[in-house]
Amino acid sequence: MHYLFEILPSLLAGTKLTLSIFGLTLLFSLPLGLVCALGRMTHFKILSSLLRFYIWLMRGTPLLLQLIFVFYGLPLLGTGIVLPRYTAALVAFILNYTAYFAEIFRGGLQAIDPGQVESAKVLRLNYWQTITHIIAPQVMKIVIPSIGNEVINLIKDSSLVYVIGLGDLLRAGNVAASRDVTLVPLVMVGVIYLALTALFTKLLQKIEAYYGRWK
Amino acid sequence: MLELKKITKSFAGKKILNQVDLKVKDGSIMCIVGQSGGGKTTLLRCISGLEHIDSGEILLDGKHFDPTDLTPADTIMGVVFQDYNLFPHLTVLQNITLAPQLVLKKDQTTAEIQAKDLLQKLALTGKEKLYPWQLSGGQKQRVAIARALAMHPKILCYDEPTSALDPGLRDTVKEIILKLKAQKMTQIIVTHDLDFANEIADDMLKVKPLNQKGSEA
Repeated sequence: MHYLFEILPSLLAGTKLTLSIFGLTLLFSLPLGLVCALGRMTHFKILSSLLRFYIWLMRGTPLLLQLIFVFYGLPLLGTGIVLPRYTAALVAFILNYTAYFAEIFRGGLQAIDPGQVESAKVLRLNYWQTITHIIAPQVMKIVIPSIGNEVINLIKDSSLVYVIGLGDLLRAGNVAASRDVTLVPLVMVGVIYLALTALFTKLLQKIEAYYGRWK
Repeated sequence: MLELKKITKSFAGKKILNQVDLKVKDGSIMCIVGQSGGGKTTLLRCISGLEHIDSGEILLDGKHFDPTDLTPADTIMGVVFQDYNLFPHLTVLQNITLAPQLVLKKDQTTAEIQAKDLLQKLALTGKEKLYPWQLSGGQKQRVAIARALAMHPKILCYDEPTSALDPGLRDTVKEIILKLKAQKMTQIIVTHDLDFANEIADDMLKVKPLNQKGSEA
Protein backbone atom coordinates (compact mmCIF):
# COMPACT_ATOMS: atom_id res chain seq x y z
CA MET A 1 0.00 0.00 0.00
CA HIS A 2 2.83 2.31 0.95
CA TYR A 3 4.46 1.58 -2.41
CA LEU A 4 1.27 2.58 -4.27
CA PHE A 5 1.27 6.01 -2.68
CA GLU A 6 4.96 6.34 -3.46
CA ILE A 7 4.49 5.91 -7.22
CA LEU A 8 1.10 7.60 -7.45
CA PRO A 9 2.40 11.19 -7.95
CA SER A 10 4.44 10.21 -11.02
CA LEU A 11 1.52 8.23 -12.44
CA LEU A 12 -0.83 11.17 -11.90
CA ALA A 13 1.64 13.51 -13.60
CA GLY A 14 1.62 11.10 -16.54
CA THR A 15 -2.19 11.02 -16.46
CA LYS A 16 -2.21 14.80 -16.65
CA LEU A 17 -0.17 14.74 -19.87
CA THR A 18 -2.35 11.94 -21.29
CA LEU A 19 -5.48 13.98 -20.56
CA SER A 20 -4.07 17.20 -21.99
CA ILE A 21 -3.16 15.47 -25.27
CA PHE A 22 -6.60 13.84 -25.26
CA GLY A 23 -8.52 17.06 -24.55
CA LEU A 24 -6.66 19.32 -26.96
CA THR A 25 -6.79 16.74 -29.75
CA LEU A 26 -10.58 16.52 -29.41
CA LEU A 27 -10.96 20.29 -29.11
CA PHE A 28 -9.25 20.84 -32.46
CA SER A 29 -9.95 17.70 -34.46
CA LEU A 30 -13.73 17.61 -33.97
CA PRO A 31 -14.47 21.02 -35.55
CA LEU A 32 -11.68 20.50 -38.11
CA GLY A 33 -13.17 17.13 -38.98
CA LEU A 34 -16.52 18.75 -39.69
CA VAL A 35 -14.89 21.41 -41.85
CA CYS A 36 -12.91 18.75 -43.77
CA ALA A 37 -16.07 16.71 -44.30
CA LEU A 38 -17.83 19.77 -45.74
CA GLY A 39 -14.77 20.47 -47.93
CA ARG A 40 -14.66 16.85 -49.07
CA MET A 41 -18.29 17.17 -50.22
CA THR A 42 -17.96 20.43 -52.19
CA HIS A 43 -18.17 20.58 -55.96
CA PHE A 44 -14.79 22.31 -55.87
CA LYS A 45 -12.76 19.42 -57.32
CA ILE A 46 -9.25 20.47 -56.26
CA LEU A 47 -10.23 20.92 -52.63
CA SER A 48 -12.12 17.64 -52.40
CA SER A 49 -9.25 15.74 -54.10
CA LEU A 50 -6.71 17.28 -51.75
CA LEU A 51 -8.79 16.32 -48.74
CA ARG A 52 -9.32 12.83 -50.07
CA PHE A 53 -5.54 12.44 -50.40
CA TYR A 54 -5.00 13.77 -46.88
CA ILE A 55 -7.57 11.39 -45.40
CA TRP A 56 -6.08 8.45 -47.31
CA LEU A 57 -2.59 9.34 -46.06
CA MET A 58 -3.64 9.73 -42.44
CA ARG A 59 -5.78 6.62 -42.29
CA GLY A 60 -3.38 4.62 -44.41
CA THR A 61 -0.28 4.94 -42.21
CA PRO A 62 0.25 4.08 -38.54
CA LEU A 63 -0.17 6.90 -36.06
CA LEU A 64 3.16 5.86 -34.54
CA LEU A 65 4.86 6.55 -37.87
CA GLN A 66 3.13 9.91 -38.16
CA LEU A 67 4.36 10.89 -34.69
CA ILE A 68 7.93 9.98 -35.58
CA PHE A 69 7.66 11.79 -38.87
CA VAL A 70 6.30 15.04 -37.42
CA PHE A 71 8.94 15.14 -34.68
CA TYR A 72 12.06 13.69 -36.33
CA GLY A 73 11.15 13.77 -40.01
CA LEU A 74 10.13 17.39 -40.58
CA PRO A 75 13.54 18.85 -39.53
CA LEU A 76 15.38 16.25 -41.65
CA LEU A 77 13.43 17.23 -44.76
CA GLY A 78 15.05 20.64 -44.65
CA THR A 79 11.75 22.33 -43.89
CA GLY A 80 13.32 24.15 -40.99
CA ILE A 81 10.35 23.12 -38.86
CA VAL A 82 11.53 21.89 -35.48
CA LEU A 83 8.60 21.38 -33.17
CA PRO A 84 8.89 20.88 -29.42
CA ARG A 85 7.97 17.32 -28.38
CA TYR A 86 4.58 18.21 -26.95
CA THR A 87 3.57 20.36 -29.95
CA ALA A 88 4.75 17.66 -32.36
CA ALA A 89 2.63 15.09 -30.56
CA LEU A 90 -0.42 17.36 -30.68
CA VAL A 91 0.05 18.13 -34.38
CA ALA A 92 0.31 14.44 -35.25
CA PHE A 93 -2.73 13.50 -33.16
CA ILE A 94 -4.86 16.35 -34.47
CA LEU A 95 -3.93 15.57 -38.10
CA ASN A 96 -4.68 11.89 -37.60
CA TYR A 97 -7.94 12.22 -35.69
CA THR A 98 -9.25 14.99 -37.95
CA ALA A 99 -9.06 12.53 -40.84
CA TYR A 100 -11.07 9.89 -38.99
CA PHE A 101 -13.63 12.43 -37.76
CA ALA A 102 -13.95 13.87 -41.28
CA GLU A 103 -15.05 10.48 -42.59
CA ILE A 104 -17.47 9.98 -39.72
CA PHE A 105 -18.96 13.44 -40.27
CA ARG A 106 -19.20 12.84 -44.01
CA GLY A 107 -21.31 9.78 -43.34
CA GLY A 108 -23.49 11.82 -40.99
CA LEU A 109 -23.87 14.68 -43.46
CA GLN A 110 -24.89 12.32 -46.24
CA ALA A 111 -27.60 10.86 -44.02
CA ILE A 112 -29.37 14.23 -43.65
CA ASP A 113 -32.54 14.56 -45.72
CA PRO A 114 -31.97 17.15 -48.50
CA GLY A 115 -35.44 18.48 -47.60
CA GLN A 116 -33.90 19.95 -44.46
CA VAL A 117 -31.58 22.12 -46.51
CA GLU A 118 -34.44 23.13 -48.81
CA SER A 119 -36.56 24.09 -45.82
CA ALA A 120 -33.73 26.24 -44.52
CA LYS A 121 -33.30 27.76 -47.96
CA VAL A 122 -36.92 28.84 -48.39
CA LEU A 123 -36.78 30.30 -44.88
CA ARG A 124 -33.78 32.29 -46.18
CA LEU A 125 -31.18 30.98 -43.78
CA ASN A 126 -27.69 31.49 -45.22
CA TYR A 127 -25.07 28.72 -45.65
CA TRP A 128 -23.51 29.02 -42.18
CA GLN A 129 -26.83 29.45 -40.42
CA THR A 130 -28.01 26.29 -42.15
CA ILE A 131 -24.85 24.42 -41.14
CA THR A 132 -24.81 25.55 -37.51
CA HIS A 133 -28.54 25.56 -36.71
CA ILE A 134 -29.95 22.82 -38.92
CA ILE A 135 -27.27 20.42 -40.17
CA ALA A 136 -24.73 20.22 -37.34
CA PRO A 137 -27.15 19.26 -34.54
CA GLN A 138 -28.71 16.53 -36.69
CA VAL A 139 -25.31 15.23 -37.78
CA MET A 140 -24.15 15.14 -34.15
CA LYS A 141 -26.96 12.82 -33.20
CA ILE A 142 -26.06 10.44 -36.02
CA VAL A 143 -22.30 10.43 -35.42
CA ILE A 144 -22.11 10.28 -31.62
CA PRO A 145 -21.78 6.47 -31.36
CA SER A 146 -18.93 6.45 -33.92
CA ILE A 147 -17.28 9.49 -32.36
CA GLY A 148 -17.53 7.72 -29.00
CA ASN A 149 -15.50 4.82 -30.37
CA GLU A 150 -12.76 7.18 -31.52
CA VAL A 151 -12.78 9.04 -28.21
CA ILE A 152 -12.16 5.81 -26.32
CA ASN A 153 -9.45 4.87 -28.83
CA LEU A 154 -7.82 8.26 -28.39
CA ILE A 155 -7.33 7.83 -24.64
CA LYS A 156 -5.33 4.68 -25.31
CA ASP A 157 -3.63 5.91 -28.50
CA SER A 158 -2.21 8.82 -26.52
CA SER A 159 0.23 6.30 -24.99
CA LEU A 160 2.09 6.33 -28.34
CA VAL A 161 3.69 9.66 -27.42
CA TYR A 162 6.37 7.67 -25.52
CA VAL A 163 8.08 7.23 -28.89
CA ILE A 164 9.11 10.88 -28.99
CA GLY A 165 10.07 10.89 -25.33
CA LEU A 166 7.03 12.43 -23.69
CA GLY A 167 6.17 11.32 -20.16
CA ASP A 168 2.59 10.15 -20.34
CA LEU A 169 0.79 7.71 -18.05
CA LEU A 170 2.12 4.52 -19.65
CA ARG A 171 5.67 5.80 -19.68
CA ALA A 172 5.44 6.78 -16.01
CA GLY A 173 4.31 3.23 -15.22
CA ASN A 174 7.05 1.74 -17.37
CA VAL A 175 9.75 3.77 -15.65
CA ALA A 176 8.57 2.72 -12.21
CA ALA A 177 8.22 -0.93 -13.28
CA SER A 178 11.79 -1.24 -14.59
CA ARG A 179 13.27 0.74 -11.71
CA ASP A 180 11.56 -1.28 -8.95
CA VAL A 181 11.39 -4.57 -10.86
CA THR A 182 7.67 -5.07 -10.27
CA LEU A 183 4.51 -5.17 -12.37
CA VAL A 184 2.45 -3.25 -9.80
CA PRO A 185 2.88 0.16 -11.50
CA LEU A 186 1.67 -1.29 -14.80
CA VAL A 187 -1.36 -2.82 -13.10
CA MET A 188 -2.13 0.63 -11.73
CA VAL A 189 -1.68 2.12 -15.18
CA GLY A 190 -4.25 -0.34 -16.46
CA VAL A 191 -6.65 0.60 -13.68
CA ILE A 192 -6.28 4.32 -14.42
CA TYR A 193 -6.94 3.77 -18.15
CA LEU A 194 -10.02 1.72 -17.27
CA ALA A 195 -11.26 4.42 -14.92
CA LEU A 196 -10.78 7.05 -17.63
CA THR A 197 -12.59 5.05 -20.30
CA ALA A 198 -15.41 4.29 -17.85
CA LEU A 199 -15.75 8.00 -17.14
CA PHE A 200 -15.88 8.96 -20.80
CA THR A 201 -18.24 6.10 -21.67
CA LYS A 202 -20.62 7.43 -19.02
CA LEU A 203 -20.26 10.95 -20.38
CA LEU A 204 -20.99 9.75 -23.92
CA GLN A 205 -24.10 7.94 -22.68
CA LYS A 206 -25.28 11.22 -21.16
CA ILE A 207 -24.71 13.04 -24.47
CA GLU A 208 -26.55 10.30 -26.36
CA ALA A 209 -29.47 10.59 -23.95
CA TYR A 210 -29.50 14.36 -24.47
CA TYR A 211 -29.78 13.90 -28.23
CA GLY A 212 -32.36 11.17 -27.68
CA ARG A 213 -35.11 13.66 -26.78
CA TRP A 214 -35.88 14.11 -30.48
CA LYS A 215 -36.09 11.63 -33.36
CA MET B 1 -49.55 39.78 -59.19
CA LEU B 2 -47.16 36.94 -59.96
CA GLU B 3 -46.68 36.26 -63.62
CA LEU B 4 -44.77 33.44 -65.32
CA LYS B 5 -43.89 33.81 -68.98
CA LYS B 6 -42.79 30.90 -71.16
CA ILE B 7 -41.06 28.99 -68.37
CA THR B 8 -38.97 26.06 -69.60
CA LYS B 9 -37.11 23.56 -67.46
CA SER B 10 -35.30 20.33 -68.30
CA PHE B 11 -33.56 17.72 -66.20
CA ALA B 12 -30.75 15.72 -67.84
CA GLY B 13 -32.04 16.53 -71.32
CA LYS B 14 -35.64 15.64 -70.52
CA LYS B 15 -37.99 18.57 -70.81
CA ILE B 16 -40.30 18.82 -67.81
CA LEU B 17 -41.80 22.27 -68.35
CA ASN B 18 -42.27 23.72 -71.81
CA GLN B 19 -43.28 27.36 -72.28
CA VAL B 20 -45.52 27.46 -69.23
CA ASP B 21 -47.49 30.68 -68.71
CA LEU B 22 -49.21 31.44 -65.45
CA LYS B 23 -50.83 34.44 -63.78
CA VAL B 24 -51.58 34.46 -60.09
CA LYS B 25 -53.70 37.40 -58.91
CA ASP B 26 -53.07 38.92 -55.50
CA GLY B 27 -55.14 37.31 -52.78
CA SER B 28 -56.31 34.47 -55.01
CA ILE B 29 -55.87 30.73 -54.83
CA MET B 30 -54.18 29.16 -57.83
CA CYS B 31 -54.26 25.39 -58.06
CA ILE B 32 -51.79 23.57 -60.26
CA VAL B 33 -53.29 20.17 -61.07
CA GLY B 34 -52.46 17.24 -63.26
CA GLN B 35 -51.24 13.69 -63.15
CA SER B 36 -47.87 12.57 -61.72
CA GLY B 37 -44.86 13.39 -63.83
CA GLY B 38 -46.54 16.48 -65.26
CA GLY B 39 -44.08 18.84 -63.67
CA LYS B 40 -46.40 20.30 -61.02
CA THR B 41 -43.84 20.07 -58.27
CA THR B 42 -41.05 21.23 -60.60
CA LEU B 43 -43.08 24.33 -61.42
CA LEU B 44 -43.59 25.01 -57.72
CA ARG B 45 -39.87 24.51 -57.06
CA CYS B 46 -39.06 27.04 -59.80
CA ILE B 47 -41.50 29.56 -58.34
CA SER B 48 -40.14 29.11 -54.82
CA GLY B 49 -36.51 29.39 -55.93
CA LEU B 50 -35.41 25.80 -55.30
CA GLU B 51 -34.70 25.29 -59.01
CA HIS B 52 -33.29 27.65 -61.63
CA ILE B 53 -35.41 28.04 -64.74
CA ASP B 54 -33.76 27.32 -68.11
CA SER B 55 -35.61 30.07 -69.93
CA GLY B 56 -38.61 32.33 -69.55
CA GLU B 57 -39.31 35.08 -67.08
CA ILE B 58 -40.96 35.52 -63.72
CA LEU B 59 -42.54 38.90 -62.94
CA LEU B 60 -43.81 40.14 -59.60
CA ASP B 61 -46.10 43.17 -59.83
CA GLY B 62 -44.76 43.75 -63.33
CA LYS B 63 -41.12 43.74 -62.27
CA HIS B 64 -38.51 41.08 -63.02
CA PHE B 65 -38.25 38.66 -60.09
CA ASP B 66 -35.66 35.98 -59.47
CA PRO B 67 -36.87 33.67 -56.68
CA THR B 68 -33.43 32.00 -56.41
CA ASP B 69 -31.90 35.32 -55.42
CA LEU B 70 -32.17 35.06 -51.66
CA THR B 71 -30.67 38.41 -50.74
CA PRO B 72 -33.74 40.60 -50.20
CA ALA B 73 -34.77 40.54 -46.56
CA ASP B 74 -38.50 40.65 -47.21
CA THR B 75 -39.67 37.14 -47.89
CA ILE B 76 -41.84 36.72 -50.93
CA MET B 77 -42.33 32.97 -51.07
CA GLY B 78 -43.33 30.68 -48.24
CA VAL B 79 -43.37 26.95 -48.85
CA VAL B 80 -45.24 24.12 -47.14
CA PHE B 81 -43.55 20.94 -48.33
CA GLN B 82 -45.34 17.68 -49.04
CA ASP B 83 -43.62 15.93 -46.13
CA TYR B 84 -43.44 19.21 -44.19
CA ASN B 85 -39.64 19.07 -43.63
CA LEU B 86 -39.92 20.31 -40.07
CA PHE B 87 -36.62 20.52 -38.20
CA PRO B 88 -36.68 17.36 -36.04
CA HIS B 89 -34.24 18.67 -33.45
CA LEU B 90 -36.25 21.80 -32.67
CA THR B 91 -39.48 22.12 -30.73
CA VAL B 92 -42.63 23.41 -32.41
CA LEU B 93 -41.96 26.89 -31.05
CA GLN B 94 -38.29 26.83 -32.11
CA ASN B 95 -39.25 25.60 -35.59
CA ILE B 96 -41.36 28.72 -36.00
CA THR B 97 -39.10 31.29 -34.31
CA LEU B 98 -35.75 30.21 -35.78
CA ALA B 99 -35.92 32.01 -39.13
CA PRO B 100 -37.58 35.21 -37.82
CA GLN B 101 -34.77 35.47 -35.27
CA LEU B 102 -31.88 34.58 -37.59
CA VAL B 103 -33.07 36.20 -40.79
CA LEU B 104 -35.48 38.98 -39.79
CA LYS B 105 -33.36 39.71 -36.67
CA LYS B 106 -36.37 39.72 -34.38
CA ASP B 107 -35.61 39.35 -30.68
CA GLN B 108 -36.66 36.12 -29.02
CA THR B 109 -39.62 37.59 -27.12
CA THR B 110 -41.15 39.23 -30.19
CA ALA B 111 -40.64 36.10 -32.28
CA GLU B 112 -42.25 33.92 -29.59
CA ILE B 113 -45.25 36.19 -29.15
CA GLN B 114 -45.83 36.10 -32.89
CA ALA B 115 -45.33 32.33 -33.03
CA LYS B 116 -47.78 31.71 -30.19
CA ASP B 117 -50.33 33.88 -31.95
CA LEU B 118 -49.93 31.78 -35.12
CA LEU B 119 -50.16 28.55 -33.12
CA GLN B 120 -53.36 29.74 -31.52
CA LYS B 121 -54.87 30.58 -34.93
CA LEU B 122 -53.92 27.13 -36.20
CA ALA B 123 -55.33 25.31 -33.15
CA LEU B 124 -51.91 24.24 -31.90
CA THR B 125 -51.88 25.93 -28.51
CA GLY B 126 -50.20 23.72 -25.92
CA LYS B 127 -47.94 22.04 -28.49
CA GLU B 128 -45.15 24.65 -28.21
CA LYS B 129 -42.68 22.44 -26.40
CA LEU B 130 -43.27 19.24 -28.36
CA TYR B 131 -40.85 17.91 -30.96
CA PRO B 132 -42.09 17.10 -34.49
CA TRP B 133 -42.02 13.32 -33.84
CA GLN B 134 -44.62 13.82 -31.11
CA LEU B 135 -47.13 15.38 -33.53
CA SER B 136 -49.70 13.83 -35.84
CA GLY B 137 -49.51 14.40 -39.61
CA GLY B 138 -52.12 17.14 -39.56
CA GLN B 139 -50.43 18.92 -36.66
CA LYS B 140 -47.07 18.75 -38.43
CA GLN B 141 -48.63 20.33 -41.49
CA ARG B 142 -50.10 23.17 -39.45
CA VAL B 143 -46.71 23.77 -37.82
CA ALA B 144 -45.19 23.91 -41.32
CA ILE B 145 -47.83 26.49 -42.30
CA ALA B 146 -47.12 28.51 -39.14
CA ARG B 147 -43.39 28.33 -39.82
CA ALA B 148 -43.87 29.68 -43.34
CA LEU B 149 -46.29 32.40 -42.20
CA ALA B 150 -43.90 33.61 -39.50
CA MET B 151 -41.67 34.98 -42.27
CA HIS B 152 -44.56 37.14 -43.59
CA PRO B 153 -44.48 35.82 -47.17
CA LYS B 154 -46.44 37.55 -49.92
CA ILE B 155 -47.23 34.21 -51.52
CA LEU B 156 -47.66 30.85 -49.81
CA CYS B 157 -47.00 27.68 -51.80
CA TYR B 158 -48.16 24.18 -50.87
CA ASP B 159 -46.94 20.93 -52.40
CA GLU B 160 -49.67 18.26 -52.27
CA PRO B 161 -51.23 19.46 -49.00
CA THR B 162 -53.86 16.70 -48.90
CA SER B 163 -51.79 13.71 -50.00
CA ALA B 164 -50.95 12.46 -46.50
CA LEU B 165 -54.16 13.44 -44.72
CA ASP B 166 -57.36 11.54 -43.99
CA PRO B 167 -60.63 13.06 -45.28
CA GLY B 168 -61.48 14.85 -42.02
CA LEU B 169 -58.17 16.65 -41.95
CA ARG B 170 -58.57 17.52 -45.61
CA ASP B 171 -61.43 19.83 -44.63
CA THR B 172 -59.30 21.40 -41.90
CA VAL B 173 -56.63 22.33 -44.45
CA LYS B 174 -59.33 23.66 -46.73
CA GLU B 175 -60.61 25.89 -43.94
CA ILE B 176 -57.10 27.15 -43.18
CA ILE B 177 -56.46 27.94 -46.83
CA LEU B 178 -59.77 29.78 -47.18
CA LYS B 179 -59.17 31.67 -43.94
CA LEU B 180 -55.79 32.82 -45.25
CA LYS B 181 -57.47 33.87 -48.46
CA ALA B 182 -59.86 36.04 -46.43
CA GLN B 183 -56.72 37.68 -45.04
CA LYS B 184 -55.66 38.46 -48.63
CA MET B 185 -52.87 35.87 -48.76
CA THR B 186 -51.94 34.78 -52.27
CA GLN B 187 -51.69 30.98 -52.40
CA ILE B 188 -50.38 28.52 -54.95
CA ILE B 189 -51.36 24.91 -54.40
CA VAL B 190 -49.99 21.93 -56.24
CA THR B 191 -52.31 18.95 -55.97
CA HIS B 192 -53.34 15.82 -57.80
CA ASP B 193 -56.63 15.96 -55.87
CA LEU B 194 -59.00 17.48 -58.44
CA ASP B 195 -62.00 17.58 -56.09
CA PHE B 196 -60.00 19.49 -53.52
CA ALA B 197 -58.79 21.90 -56.21
CA ASN B 198 -62.34 22.45 -57.46
CA GLU B 199 -63.48 23.31 -53.96
CA ILE B 200 -60.92 26.02 -53.28
CA ALA B 201 -59.39 27.29 -56.51
CA ASP B 202 -60.02 30.70 -58.03
CA ASP B 203 -57.90 29.72 -61.02
CA MET B 204 -56.50 26.45 -62.18
CA LEU B 205 -53.56 25.40 -64.30
CA LYS B 206 -53.58 21.89 -65.73
CA VAL B 207 -50.22 20.40 -66.55
CA LYS B 208 -49.59 17.24 -68.55
CA PRO B 209 -46.49 15.10 -68.95
CA LEU B 210 -44.49 16.02 -72.07
CA ASN B 211 -43.46 13.54 -74.70
CA GLN B 212 -39.88 13.24 -76.00
CA LYS B 213 -40.17 16.21 -78.31
CA GLY B 214 -41.31 18.45 -75.51
CA SER B 215 -44.91 18.91 -76.60
CA GLU B 216 -47.86 17.71 -74.56
CA ALA B 217 -48.43 13.97 -74.82
